[in-house]
Amino acid sequence: MTVAFFLWYLLYVLLSAYARGFMGAKVVGNINVALIFGLLQFVSTFLIAWYYSRYAAQKIDPLADEIRARLEGEAAKS
Amino acid sequence: MIDAAASTSTSRSLTIILFLIFVAITLAITIWASRQTRTATDFYAGGRQFSGWQNGMAIGGDYMSAASFLGIAGLIALYGYDGFLYSIGFLVAWLVALLLVAEFLRNSGRYTMADVLAFRMRQRPVRTAASVSTIVVSIFYLIAQMVGAGALVSLLLGISGDSKFLGLTAGAAKVWTIILVGALMIVYVVVGGMKGTTYVQITKAFMLMIGAFLMTVLVLSHYKFNLSSLLGDAAAQSGKGAAFLEPGLRYGKEVAGDATQTFYNKMDLLSLGIALVLGTAGLPHILTRFYTVPTARVARKSVLWAIGIIGVFYLMTLALGFGAAALVGGKAITAQDKAGNTAAPQLAQELGHRYLGGDTGGSVFLAVIAAVAFATILAVVAGLTLASSSSVAHDFYANVIRRGNAAERDEVKVARISALVIGAVAIALSIFAQSLNVAFLVALAFAVAASANLPAIIYSLFWRRFNTSGALWSIYGGLIVSVVLVFFSPVVSGTETAMFPHHDWQWFPLSNPGIISIPVGFLFGWIGAKLSKEDDTAKYAELEVRSLTGFGAH
Repeated sequence: MTVAFFLWYLLYVLLSAYARGFMGAKVVGNINVALIFGLLQFVSTFLIAWYYSRYAAQKIDPLADEIRARLEGEAAKS
Repeated sequence: MIDAAASTSTSRSLTIILFLIFVAITLAITIWASRQTRTATDFYAGGRQFSGWQNGMAIGGDYMSAASFLGIAGLIALYGYDGFLYSIGFLVAWLVALLLVAEFLRNSGRYTMADVLAFRMRQRPVRTAASVSTIVVSIFYLIAQMVGAGALVSLLLGISGDSKFLGLTAGAAKVWTIILVGALMIVYVVVGGMKGTTYVQITKAFMLMIGAFLMTVLVLSHYKFNLSSLLGDAAAQSGKGAAFLEPGLRYGKEVAGDATQTFYNKMDLLSLGIALVLGTAGLPHILTRFYTVPTARVARKSVLWAIGIIGVFYLMTLALGFGAAALVGGKAITAQDKAGNTAAPQLAQELGHRYLGGDTGGSVFLAVIAAVAFATILAVVAGLTLASSSSVAHDFYANVIRRGNAAERDEVKVARISALVIGAVAIALSIFAQSLNVAFLVALAFAVAASANLPAIIYSLFWRRFNTSGALWSIYGGLIVSVVLVFFSPVVSGTETAMFPHHDWQWFPLSNPGIISIPVGFLFGWIGAKLSKEDDTAKYAELEVRSLTGFGAH
C-alpha cells in the first residue's frame, strides 16, 4: 500500500515535470488535467486512510489483542 | 482596489486587540494546564489523555503553520498551479505517518523520537545523535516561523519605509515582534508543558479553520460556486494567462536552449516533491504528538482526524490562492510583498470590503485574519520548542549525562530550563536571520528531517539487522549531507535571490537537497549497520511485538 501510493504520487510529480502538454489539456471549462490529477491525490489520500483504518480495525486489531492477551497471561503466570 | 499598506488605523488596533484576546485566552489555558501538570508524562505527553479528535486538531495546529496558510495561499496567488503542488505533498505525506510510523511509534516509545531508536541499541550514542538532529530540524523550523512573524507584522500593521507605529520603525517593530513571539512561546512551554501547548494548538486550529472557511465561502459564492469561472478569472487577472493553471511557472521551468538548466529545474521539482512527502514523518514536533494519546489505536484515529482537517484546509487554500489572484490581482499582491505572503490577508480585506460593508468591513475582516495568522505562528513555535526541549532533557540530560538515573522532577526542571535556552537562542538567531527566505528554511527542515530522522526510524522499526552503528551513520550522514548540499546550493550563494548574492561558492545545482540526501540517509544506514557486528535478534523480536500489540508500552 505504501509503495502504491508513493508511486502514484511520484507519477503525479513526474507528469507535472515532464508531461506539461498532457497536464495542461482542458477537460471542462477552465478545469484542466493537472487540477483533476491534483484533486485525485486528495481523494486517494482520503480513501487510503479510510481503507487502512477499516482494515486495521477488522484484521490487525483483533490479532494484536489476541497476542497481547496471551503475553499478559504468560507474564501473570511467571 | 484598496491598498493594504495604507490600511486604516481601525484595522490596526483591531488586529492588536483580537491578538491580545487570543493571548489572554491561551495564557489562561496555560496556567490552568500548569496546575494539572505534575509528572514527567504530564509535561512531555500531556498525561497521554487526549482523545483522537483533540490530538488530530492539535496535529493540524502544529502542521498548518504560517508557511502553509500565508505561504501556500501566496504561492498559488502568484504562481497558480505550482503552489498547489506544495499542498499535495504536505497532505500525501500523512499517509507515511499513518501507515508506517504513528502506531508503532506510540507503542514502542515514551516521550521522544529517540526512545524508539534507543530501544534495542546503545543508549548514549544513539540518543545524542537523535537529540542533535531534533534540535537542528527544530531550530531551522523555528527561525522560519519567527522570521515570518517579523516580516508579517510590518505588512499586517502597515508599517514600512519611514512610517512609524507606536514610535517604532519597521525594523524595530520586526525585532520586537520576534522577541514578543519568542517570549510568549517560552511561557506556553515552560508553564503549560504539553498539556498547555496542545490546548493552544487546538484553539488555533479552530480559529484557522473558521477563518479559512469564511473566506472560502465568500470567494466561492462570489463566483456562484462555479470553479471554472473562478479559475478563468484568476488566470486572466494574474497576467499569466492559461499557463497560470498549469504546472511549470515556478518549479521545473523549461529554459529554452539550455537543456542542462531545464534538467536541473525538473530534478529540483522532483527533489522538493520527495522531501515534502518524506519529511513530515520525521519532524520531531509531529512525532512527539503521537505520545499524547493513551493507545496506538487512538494515535491512528488522531492521524485520521489530522488527514481530514489538513486535507480540507489545503483544499480551502486553493480557493484562497486563486481567489486572491482573481479578486486582488497579481500586481497588487506583489506590490505589497514580493513573495506573496500577504495574499490571504489582502484577500480578506477585499472580501470584507465587498461583502461586510465597505472600508470598515474590509478593516474588520483583515484584522480577524491577521490575528489568526499571528495565533498560527505562536502555536507552531510553541510546539517546536517543546519537542526540542523534551529531547534535550529526556535524551541528553536523563539518559546520556545521568545514564538513566535522573529523578523525574530534575528531568522536568531541565526540560523547562532548556525550553528557555532554546527559545532564547531561536530569538537571537531569528533577529540575525531576518534576511533569509522563509520558504527555504522550511524546505530545509523537511529535507533534513527526511534524510536524517526518517531512515533511522523506518530501519529500527522494520529491519531486524539494524543496529547502533547504522543509526549513527544514517542520522549524522543524512544530516551532514543535506546541510552541506544546501550550503553549496543556489539558495545560499551565486544567484541574485541567494542569502549571499554577492558571493559565489555554489556548485550543487538544486535548491532542495532531498533527491540526493534522502537516498544517502537510507544508504548510509544500511552501510553502517553492515559494518558493525551488533545484531540483537531477541531485542528486535521484543520491539516487534511491542510496536504491533502495545504489550509493555508506556
